[in-house]
Amino acid sequence: MEKTKERNGKVLFSNYSLGEGVRKALSLSRDDILFEVKDSKLKGRGGAGFPVSTKWMLAAAAIAEEKYVICNADEGEPGTFKDRVLLVEYPELVFEGMIIAGYAIGAKNGIVYLRGEYEYIRKSLEDFLEQMRKDNLLGKNILNKEGFDFDIKIFLGSAAYICGEETALIESLEGNRGEARNRPPYPVNTGFNGMPTSVNNVETLGCIPHIILNGGEWYNTLGTEKSSGTKLFSVSGDCEKPDVYEWEWGITINELLEKVGAKNTKAVQVGGASGICVPKSQFDRKISYEDIPTGGSIIIFDENRDMLKVLKNFMEFFVEESCGQCTPCRIGNTKLLEGVEMIENEEYTFSYLNKLKDLGKTMQVASKCGLGQSSPNSFLSILENFKDEIFSHEAGVENGK
Amino acid sequence: MENKKNGRAPVSQKPHRIEKPEHPEQIGGSVRIQINEKELVVPLGTTILEACRDNQIHVPTLCHHDDLCIAGVCRVCVVEVENMRTLQASCAFPITAPIKINTATPMVRKARKHIIDLLLSEHYGECYSCFRNNNCELQTLAKEYGVDHYNFGHIEKPKYKVDTSSFSVVRDMDKCVLCKRCIRTCIDLQEVGVLEAVGRGDETHIGTFLDKQLSDVICINCGQCINRCPTGALRANDPRDEIWEAIDNPKKHVVIQTAPSPRAAIGEEFGLEAGHSMTGELNTAMRRIGFDKVFDTNFTADLTIMEEGTELILRLYNALVKGEDANKVPQFTSCSPGWVKYLEHFYPEYIDNLSSAKSPQQMFGAVIKTLYAQEANIDPADIVTVAVMPCSAKKFECNRPEMVDSGFKDVDYGLTTRELAQMIKETGIHLPELPKSEFDDPFGNASGAGLIFGATGGVMEAALRTVVELVTGGKVEDLFENANITPLRGFEGIRYVELPIAEVGEVPEMYKRYFDTWDWLKGATLKVAVAHGTANAKKVMEDIKAGGKFSECHFIEFMGCPGGCLGGGGQPIPTNATIRAKRAEAIYAEDEGLPIRKSHENPHIGYIYENFLTDGPCGHKSHELLHTTYTKRGEYIA
Amino acid sequence: MLVFEKTFLAEEIEQLIEKYGNARSALLPILQEIQSKHRYISDYAQQEVARHLSIQPVEVYSVISFYAFLNSEPKGRNIVRVCKTISCDMKNKISIVKAIERELGIKMGETTDDNKFTIEYTNCLGLCDEGPAMGINEQVFTKLTPETAVKHLHEVVG
Repeated sequence: MEKTKERNGKVLFSNYSLGEGVRKALSLSRDDILFEVKDSKLKGRGGAGFPVSTKWMLAAAAIAEEKYVICNADEGEPGTFKDRVLLVEYPELVFEGMIIAGYAIGAKNGIVYLRGEYEYIRKSLEDFLEQMRKDNLLGKNILNKEGFDFDIKIFLGSAAYICGEETALIESLEGNRGEARNRPPYPVNTGFNGMPTSVNNVETLGCIPHIILNGGEWYNTLGTEKSSGTKLFSVSGDCEKPDVYEWEWGITINELLEKVGAKNTKAVQVGGASGICVPKSQFDRKISYEDIPTGGSIIIFDENRDMLKVLKNFMEFFVEESCGQCTPCRIGNTKLLEGVEMIENEEYTFSYLNKLKDLGKTMQVASKCGLGQSSPNSFLSILENFKDEIFSHEAGVENGK
Repeated sequence: MENKKNGRAPVSQKPHRIEKPEHPEQIGGSVRIQINEKELVVPLGTTILEACRDNQIHVPTLCHHDDLCIAGVCRVCVVEVENMRTLQASCAFPITAPIKINTATPMVRKARKHIIDLLLSEHYGECYSCFRNNNCELQTLAKEYGVDHYNFGHIEKPKYKVDTSSFSVVRDMDKCVLCKRCIRTCIDLQEVGVLEAVGRGDETHIGTFLDKQLSDVICINCGQCINRCPTGALRANDPRDEIWEAIDNPKKHVVIQTAPSPRAAIGEEFGLEAGHSMTGELNTAMRRIGFDKVFDTNFTADLTIMEEGTELILRLYNALVKGEDANKVPQFTSCSPGWVKYLEHFYPEYIDNLSSAKSPQQMFGAVIKTLYAQEANIDPADIVTVAVMPCSAKKFECNRPEMVDSGFKDVDYGLTTRELAQMIKETGIHLPELPKSEFDDPFGNASGAGLIFGATGGVMEAALRTVVELVTGGKVEDLFENANITPLRGFEGIRYVELPIAEVGEVPEMYKRYFDTWDWLKGATLKVAVAHGTANAKKVMEDIKAGGKFSECHFIEFMGCPGGCLGGGGQPIPTNATIRAKRAEAIYAEDEGLPIRKSHENPHIGYIYENFLTDGPCGHKSHELLHTTYTKRGEYIA
Repeated sequence: MLVFEKTFLAEEIEQLIEKYGNARSALLPILQEIQSKHRYISDYAQQEVARHLSIQPVEVYSVISFYAFLNSEPKGRNIVRVCKTISCDMKNKISIVKAIERELGIKMGETTDDNKFTIEYTNCLGLCDEGPAMGINEQVFTKLTPETAVKHLHEVVG
C-alpha cells in the first residue's frame, strides 16, 4: 500500500522523514520525553481521552522485569478508519511513537494489536518493520544508543470490537476471550503477562514523534484550551468527500460539514455508535473535550435518513459485540434493541421507553467496561433529539398520507 | 516457556485475594477509608466487599463466591466511590488509597434493581417448580429488592434443552445467570475444565466442548459446580421418584446406607448451623420415610480399610521383597469416584496404582445383595439398595457397568444429602425434632475409622490406625494421642507424613498365607500423603510423573472434592471454608466419642471374614465381590 | 475425519507450536493459521491445540466462539463477509447482498453446495469512506456495486 492521496494537516499529515523523531528522542533523557509529552497535554485518541503523560509516567515508575508498549490498532468503532490510513500511509509515525514510548517507560517490547479486518495491511507493516530493523531503528542499541533495545511485533485480532478496550485487548493477546478485566489494577501496573503495559491508540502514538521534534508547547498551542493539538476525523455517510481529515480541536460541526461537502444534513453522529447523535439545531457545537469529545468518527445523515433505522443498526451492533460477561451490557443492550423494535412495530408505550432510558443510565455507570458504559449513548441521544421524527412516524393513516 | 497451566483467571485478578501485607498494623500496611461516612482502617488490598463484610455492612452479591477467584461480572455488588464517574464492583475493587465509599445511594440502589430486573427477564421458569426454591440467591436478591413484577418482561419459552445426559449433573441453562461460578469451579478450583463461556454478546452461554452433552465430555461428576451455582441451573440427577416408587411397592425390600458426611451436614437443610451431627435423628427419619433397613456405610468403610490396607501391605511386600510390580506403589485410594474418573481421564497410565478395592458404597451394595440377602432370606432381585452420599459422582459410580458383582446392580440409587433432606421434608418431618435411633444390624456397628472417611485425610488416618497396629503389634495411641493422627488432618491442600516403623510385631493369622514375618518392614519409613480437590491431586500427580517426592510415597489418599466428602457435590448448599471446617469438627468429635475407632477392631468385620469372606482380606472371594477394575478413558473427546 | 487427515493435521499443529510456542498467548495466532488454511478449526484440531497448550478443549472452543473470524463449523473455501454497519448500510449494502445471494443461490449465513463460498455479514470493516465494502478471505473490496461485487466473487475462484 502506498500514499495514494496528498494529505494536509498541522501534525500527523505534515512533512516527516523516517527516523527524525526517534533520533531526537534518543538525544533526550527519559524524563525530558515524559515532560515534553506532559507539556503537550496530549490525550488518548481512542476516545476515552486519558492524559498520555500520566499513563506513561505510571508505567515508567513501575518496577518490573519486562514492560510492554502496545499499539491499539483495533479500531472497530462504526465509522472509524483513521488508524487504517495512518498505518497504511504513515506507519513510520506509529512505529516511532512506540519506540519513543518504549524508551520513555523503559520497555523493550512493542506489540501492535492489529484488528483482524486489517489483515491485508499486515504484510506491508511487516516489511516496513524489517526495513526499520535494517536501519537500526529497531533492534539492539537503536541508533547506537547503548543499551536501548526495542522491537515490535504484530499481533492479529480475529474480529471482536470489544478488543479495542485496553484490558480486553490484553486478554486477547494472552490467548483468552476478549473480556475486559476488573480495574484497578490498571495495565500500567499489571498489564500484558502481569507486567506494566502502556496501551496507546495508533493516532496517539503517531503524534509523539512530532511532539518530540517540535516540543510539547508547540503542540499545545494548537486546538483549544482543554483540547490540545489536532485530531483525525473519519468522515463517512452523506457527504461528497468522505475521508480522513486532520483538523484542530474546536472545529464546529457546521465548519466540518462545509469542508466535506455535506448538504441537507439532518444529524451528525459524533463518536460512532457509542457516541452521541447531534441534531441540526446544535451544529454550532464544537468538537473538543470542552463540548463534544470524540475518538474521531463522524457519520453524517441527510434529511432522507430514518433515524430509527440508524439507531437500530447501532443497537444491533452492540448486542452482537458486547463481550457478554457483565449483566448490564449483555442483557441491557438486548432490552434497548427490543425497545427500538417496539417503536418500529408501534408496540411501545412511553412509560416503558422511559424505563429503558433509565436503564440506559444504569448501563452507563454499572457496566464493567467502556462498551456497556457508552452503548446507551446513541439510544438516549437519538430518542431525545429526534423524538418528533420518530414518534410522529406512525400517525400516517390519520393524516391521510 | 511461560505456561499458564495453573490458573486461567486473568493475572490482574489474582493478586487481590492474597497479597495483603503480613503486618497491616505497620506503617503503610493499612488504609483509612470511609464507608457510608463511617471511618475505618483496613489492610491494604482489602476489597471493598471484604471491608463491608468485616464491618457488618451488607452488600448484595451474586457472582462472588468465597471459594473462587474474582469475576466482577454480575455487577450486583456495585457501590459508589467518591470521585469516580462509574460505580465499582465491590467484590473486585482492592482498596489501595484512602477512598470514600457509599453502598446505598439512589444510583446504587437503582443500578442493583435494574441488574436484578435484567437477570429475571431472562430467567426462565417459575420459582415453585425449582429445586432451589427458598435457597436461591437470585430469588433472595429479588426479595431483597422488592421485585413484585417483571420490569423488563419475562422470557416465555425456554431457549435451551435441559441436559440430563449425565448420571450425576443436570444442566438447565435457562436458569443460568452467567455468574461463571461453575466455570471458575471447574477450571480454576478443580482444574478439570469442562465448562467455559461460549459465544459472545446476547448469545453468550455456559457450554461444554462443542456444546456437547455432559455425558460426552470429560466431566468427573464431582458436582462442585452444583454446590456453587446460585440458582437452579445446575442440580444433581435426582432419583427420588424411583425411590418413592420402590418404597411404596410392598414387594420391594428397600435398604438404605448412609455415608458419614451426610449426617454431619443434613442439619443445615433444616436450618441448623453447620457442624451438628444428626446420626440418630437421621436413622429415625429414614425409617419413617419407609426404608426397610437403615445401614451404616461406615461398616463397609471398615471393610474397605481391611481390603485396601491388606492390598497396600501386599503391594509393598511384592515390591520390596519380591521385587515385582514396583510401579504399583504408591497405592492410590479409590473411594472417591470423582477422583477415580479424573485419574482415568487425565492419568490413565496410572490406573494400576489405584487400589482395586471398591468404595464403601459399592462394597455395601455387593454385600447387601449377597450376604445380607442370604442371611435375611430375601430374594436379592427384590432388594433395592439406596446410598445416601454427600456426592454426585456416586450416582455415576453405581451405574458403572462393572458394578454388578452381586449378580444385580449392586447399588440401585445414589441419593444426595440434599435429596434425602427433601424426602424427609416430603414425609412431613422436621429432622432436628426427631428422637434418635440406632442403625440396623447386622451391619450396625461401625468404627470411628469408618466415620472419618468423610473428611480429607480420614481414609489415610483410618488405614494407618489399622496398618500400624497390624504391623507393629503396638497401639496407635502410643504414637498419637488418643489415636488422633493429627498431621493428616486439616485443610491444607496436600499433606505429607512420614511414619518410621521401628519395631514390628507378630504377623496376624490372616496374613500368614502371604508371609510369616514383618522383618521386611522393620526400620522402614512409611511415607503417605493426602490431597483433596482435583487441583491438588493434579499437583501430586505431576510431581509423581516428574519423579518428585510423592513418587516415593507408599500410599496416597486422593479425594475429588475440596475438603473431602464433607465438601462433596451432594451436600447442602451453600458451601465455604467455614462450613466445611464445621462439618469436619462434627465428624471428628463423633469419632472420638465412639467405643471402637479402628476398623480391625470392629467385631462385625471379624464376623464377615469368619463366616463369609473366609479366605481373608484380598482373598479370592473378596476379590470377586469387593474389588473392581478401571478403564483407561483418556482425554480425547470423540 | 480419516486417519491420514488427522495425522496430517497433527503434524501441521506441531509445526505451529514450534513456530509460536506453547504458551497460552500463542493460541490466537495458531487458531488463525488453522482457520486461514482450512476455513474452520475442527474438533480434532481444537483438542490437539489444547493438548499442546496444556489447556482444556473447551477453553479453545470458548475462544473460537468469541471471535467472529474463527469458526468451529466447516465453511466454504472462500468466506465472503459483507459489512452491515451503518456507513455501508447507508450506501445500500442490501443491493450487494441480494446480488450475491442471487448469484450464488444461497442466503446469508449459508454455504454453496460445491463448498466454494460461504457468505455472511460482518460488523464494521473500517472502510466506511469507501462503502459498501466486503471482504473475501483476507482481501477487501470497496465501493461495490452489485455488478462489481459479483465480479470479485468470480475473480477469487479464478
